[in-house]
Amino acid sequence: MKRALFALALMMAAPAVAVMPDEMLNDPAQEQRARAISKDLRCVVCQNQSIDDSDAPLARDLRLLVREQISLGKTDGEVRDYVVQRYGNFVLLKPPVEGDTLLLWAGPFAVLLLGGLGLFVWRRRAPAMGSGATPDAAPLSEAERAELDRLAGPQN
Amino acid sequence: MNRLIFILPIIAFAGLAAFLGFGLTKDPKALPSQLIDRPLPEFALPGIAEQPDASPELAGFASASFKGEPRLLNIWASWCAACPQEHPVLERIAAEGFPVYGIAWKDKPADSRAWLVRYGNPYAGVAADEQGRTAIDLGVTGVPETFIIDKKGRVRFKQIGPISPEVWEGQIKPLMQQLKAEA
Repeated sequence: MKRALFALALMMAAPAVAVMPDEMLNDPAQEQRARAISKDLRCVVCQNQSIDDSDAPLARDLRLLVREQISLGKTDGEVRDYVVQRYGNFVLLKPPVEGDTLLLWAGPFAVLLLGGLGLFVWRRRAPAMGSGATPDAAPLSEAERAELDRLAGPQN
Repeated sequence: MNRLIFILPIIAFAGLAAFLGFGLTKDPKALPSQLIDRPLPEFALPGIAEQPDASPELAGFASASFKGEPRLLNIWASWCAACPQEHPVLERIAAEGFPVYGIAWKDKPADSRAWLVRYGNPYAGVAADEQGRTAIDLGVTGVPETFIIDKKGRVRFKQIGPISPEVWEGQIKPLMQQLKAEA
């Protein structure tokens, strides 16, 4: 019974949202666009949250601004540019591919390529270095076999 | 050659550590302003005075008035914790003959007024941005912030956080003198 109640409580719990009802647009489609844009915009006060998540007053101002721009008939791209013009690319949680973000975007692939190259070179060189160390080694001599048995100890 | 392969990851790690270590020394709060060398965004803000006729310096101002002389534009608020700390520096700047204009950000005019009565008013002009819209146009991320505007109404420098006496002497004052000398 307790468990069922607990499960029920969990199911009914709504995620905490920063967007207040009085901020929302009347048109659900527009509101949804506003939410989507807000999720990609960084709150400049609490920098690891989006303005959609943040309770900071400045984040609220920016949410209202996004909604106002949408009501004015701006496209998603135009609304984003409007904010970027004021706060720079920094407000985009997903930075665009540009000259100074190239390292950020290409870095992981460069590391992958480098690692792959290293692995390739290592694999090619490995057999040459060992020059037939294991696969076609000579069988053990009688003395070696006796020594091995001694080391392995008496068999049960 | 064989050794090199084992040393390589260590070198790569050291390089990465140095790169990330350098990143740690930078202040993530200090965002570069988008307005540098661009004209001040247009605004016309109301003042905070109860009777504007009695105190013209509290009657608000517009971006269009930023022409002909270099000025400091300080964003502050009565609820701002670092502003009292910056206040004596602003008074000193004003006393040295550089005009400081203040925008009270997201603040009730009555609170702004009370703050100025308590600490003294260093501002040649005070305006209120209760809704915070002008601050967004300016790219303000918090208080205090200060913009340096040149004779042509262009933003030339932005200080994030309070102006310390060192920042004033070392950075802003030389810039203001240079802007004064500019045609």
